[in-house]
Amino acid sequence: MSAAHDDHHHGPAKGLSRWLFTTNHKDIGTLYLWFSFAMFLLGGSFAMVIRAELFQPGLQLVEPNFFNQMTTMHGLIMVFGAVMPAFVGLANWMIPMMIGAPDMALPRMNNWSFWILPFAFAMLSSTLLMDAGAPNFGWTFYAPLSTTYAPETVTFFIFAVHIMGASSIMGAINIIATVLNMRAPGMTLMKMPLFVWTWLITAYLLIAVMPVLAGVVTMMLFDIHFGTSFFNAAGGGDPVLFQHVFWFFGHPEVYIMILPAFGVISAIIPTFARKRLFGYDSMVYATASIAFLSFIVWAHHMFTVGMPIAGELFFMYATMLIAVPTGVKVFNWVATMFRGSMTFETPMLFAIAFVVLFTMGGFTGLMLAITPADFQYHDTYFVVAHFHYVLVPGAVFSIMAATYYWLPKWTGHMYDERLGKLHFWLSFIGVNILFFPQHFLGLAGMPRRIPDYALQFADFNWISSIGGFLFGASQLILLVVVIKCIKGGKKATAQVWDGAKGLEWTVASPAPYHTFTTPPNPDLIEAP
Amino acid sequence: MASAGSHETYYVPEQTRLPFFASIGLVLMVFGLGNALNDIKSAESASLSTWISLFGFGLLSFIIFQWFSTVIRENHAGLNSDQLKRSYVWGMSWFIFSEVMFFAAFFGALFYVRNFVVPWLGGEGDKGITGEMLWPNFTAVWPVIENPNPALFHDPEEALNVHEWSLAFFAKFLPFWNTVILLTSSVTVHFAHTALKANKRKQLVQWLSVTVALGVLFLCLQVLEYTEAYEHYGLTLNSGIYGSTFFLLTGFHGFHVTLGTFILAVMLLRSMKGHFKPDDHFGFEAASWYWHFVDVVWVGLFIFVYLM
Repeated sequence: MSAAHDDHHHGPAKGLSRWLFTTNHKDIGTLYLWFSFAMFLLGGSFAMVIRAELFQPGLQLVEPNFFNQMTTMHGLIMVFGAVMPAFVGLANWMIPMMIGAPDMALPRMNNWSFWILPFAFAMLSSTLLMDAGAPNFGWTFYAPLSTTYAPETVTFFIFAVHIMGASSIMGAINIIATVLNMRAPGMTLMKMPLFVWTWLITAYLLIAVMPVLAGVVTMMLFDIHFGTSFFNAAGGGDPVLFQHVFWFFGHPEVYIMILPAFGVISAIIPTFARKRLFGYDSMVYATASIAFLSFIVWAHHMFTVGMPIAGELFFMYATMLIAVPTGVKVFNWVATMFRGSMTFETPMLFAIAFVVLFTMGGFTGLMLAITPADFQYHDTYFVVAHFHYVLVPGAVFSIMAATYYWLPKWTGHMYDERLGKLHFWLSFIGVNILFFPQHFLGLAGMPRRIPDYALQFADFNWISSIGGFLFGASQLILLVVVIKCIKGGKKATAQVWDGAKGLEWTVASPAPYHTFTTPPNPDLIEAP
Repeated sequence: MASAGSHETYYVPEQTRLPFFASIGLVLMVFGLGNALNDIKSAESASLSTWISLFGFGLLSFIIFQWFSTVIRENHAGLNSDQLKRSYVWGMSWFIFSEVMFFAAFFGALFYVRNFVVPWLGGEGDKGITGEMLWPNFTAVWPVIENPNPALFHDPEEALNVHEWSLAFFAKFLPFWNTVILLTSSVTVHFAHTALKANKRKQLVQWLSVTVALGVLFLCLQVLEYTEAYEHYGLTLNSGIYGSTFFLLTGFHGFHVTLGTFILAVMLLRSMKGHFKPDDHFGFEAASWYWHFVDVVWVGLFIFVYLM
């Protein structure tokens, strides 16, 4: 077979077929990242509708039912379409280069994991154009809202979840096989960059919980179309059963969206502090502990549902325990920066903002973990503020940090630092104006997912909306930066950042189409 | 860790058309199916949607067939290094783990319903007040033969679990024989594997044929049991939580047995064509792992759905 021999030398195919039929991890990573950005803009535009409606009390722009469709689709698209694919894209691009592998372990399946997604989201988004309207039961799709009272488009939602779950599982299997089987000689487990470690553990979480999500939507499908009574007490089932199964998936899911972020931050801070990462081993163990704990805290999302007191207490204490390994991580990042010779390029700015703002989201999480207090906060804007703090200046900022950090490696050009900094500062200011007032709204009792509100909430709402528009608009700067950087700019060196360590910085910038077709010299591999 | 040599030959296919078209097949299949279900629910003709779904299924099946053929051809052409083969081993192991978690969701639902929901509906403990208010006549027993609201979910006449611990009962109890059949088939597939490793072709084909036959027999008995459930016991998908958990657990298991039998049948055909080597037969091994997994799930089902 001559194909096998040519394989090491060929470049990308020409035209559209390069993207449709590629098996190259870098191409597939690029596809994931662009898809994620498109979904980020789509889900973001839904958020703009929400914030515009909430700009002042009363119903102005949209019908309440359409408002519910917007909150639902915003959540679903951001979680499954923007954040998760972005991290898979980063994994595709970086993991093989970080461990000295020629590609992902299962390259054809890698292509399939990606190409399911555009079709799945096209099907999900098409419900917006159907007579019955898009799903309107919230991204957590609690039964019976999502079963007995759901619009008929729920069927397409269910199947979309099924196939995007299949995509996630295949992607995760690929990452695990790559990390366990494709490491270059000398790349022992405890020498792997933390981004690889966090993704290994994330992939494990994905394989463990995506099938549970498939199970719960399957039960919904049967309740809706085949007369079963899983979530109907009249037949001996229970709507609360839905919440248990959903959150058994849902809680690990939130760590799926944050563990790779920890990996990104653990790569960036040492580079710009010009110091080795403080406490590498403890970082690995903390990540594993967080993953383990994520399986035994799910019911803290449902304290008010009426659980036995023993359950409430167990889930409260188990949840608080997560603060310990998370604290280890935050202190390690701070200790890494301590007395480092720091510079503040855009990736570092995003990373530092991550450490501060994610920690704030963590603290409000601790507040929410206290069962009796949660009775007050439950389903208010305090919860909205909490999870947006961990997801936007948390997960999304880490994705942006990663983009700026590795963009020179991907394109071969330095990005425009002035525009990057402008993007950071507008995002940073915007995100805080957007979400900080929502804490006050929630503490004062404003419920989430409601298009109208009492007059006393008016001021904080318009402030929040202004922040939302600012944050939303400034994301277009990122698009400009990326396109400019692809088109040209100052040539990037292989090392790119003078403090950067790791195998990905030993290859040229832009990274050749195929890297490490022969494994790197084991002497180059040092502990992070 | 692999040696440096095996890295150089890790086969990365240049391009592939398979997954893109597989995605089209997959999305047509579910989109058509979703439309068909909605059509049926609103009493409209579902024929167009059904054809779309079937076309998608056909396309997907065709591509999966092509996909496996390609992989097998590449292996026969010697493109697959030991390291690549290990990737398949990891891939299959983690796929089976994902299947375990899928069943875990349904087992979890069963345990939650039996231990919490039904007793609460029957008036037990602090949560009992809801049941007392809504359906004061409901008594908590498992299996639930009398539903809280029989007007919405009709009562089955009888449950299909073990209600008598005697030899005479078990002798006529289909699930017991199904357990015997599946456990035996796990042993026979192991014999086939041993024969393959000893390069005894004839025994391989014989034991594998026996395994496939046992799989088919299991499925026949399962169909028989479902027919009896629907026709004689009034136990349907619509007969409350007992029917719901019973049919989804045994149904998804039955679906996996169907798939497993089909996979083993393909392995049988491949064995007859002389495909496997004593030291290179991961396709066969993966199929047998899958079969053992399906078997273990059945043991769990037999214990928690039928015995306890």
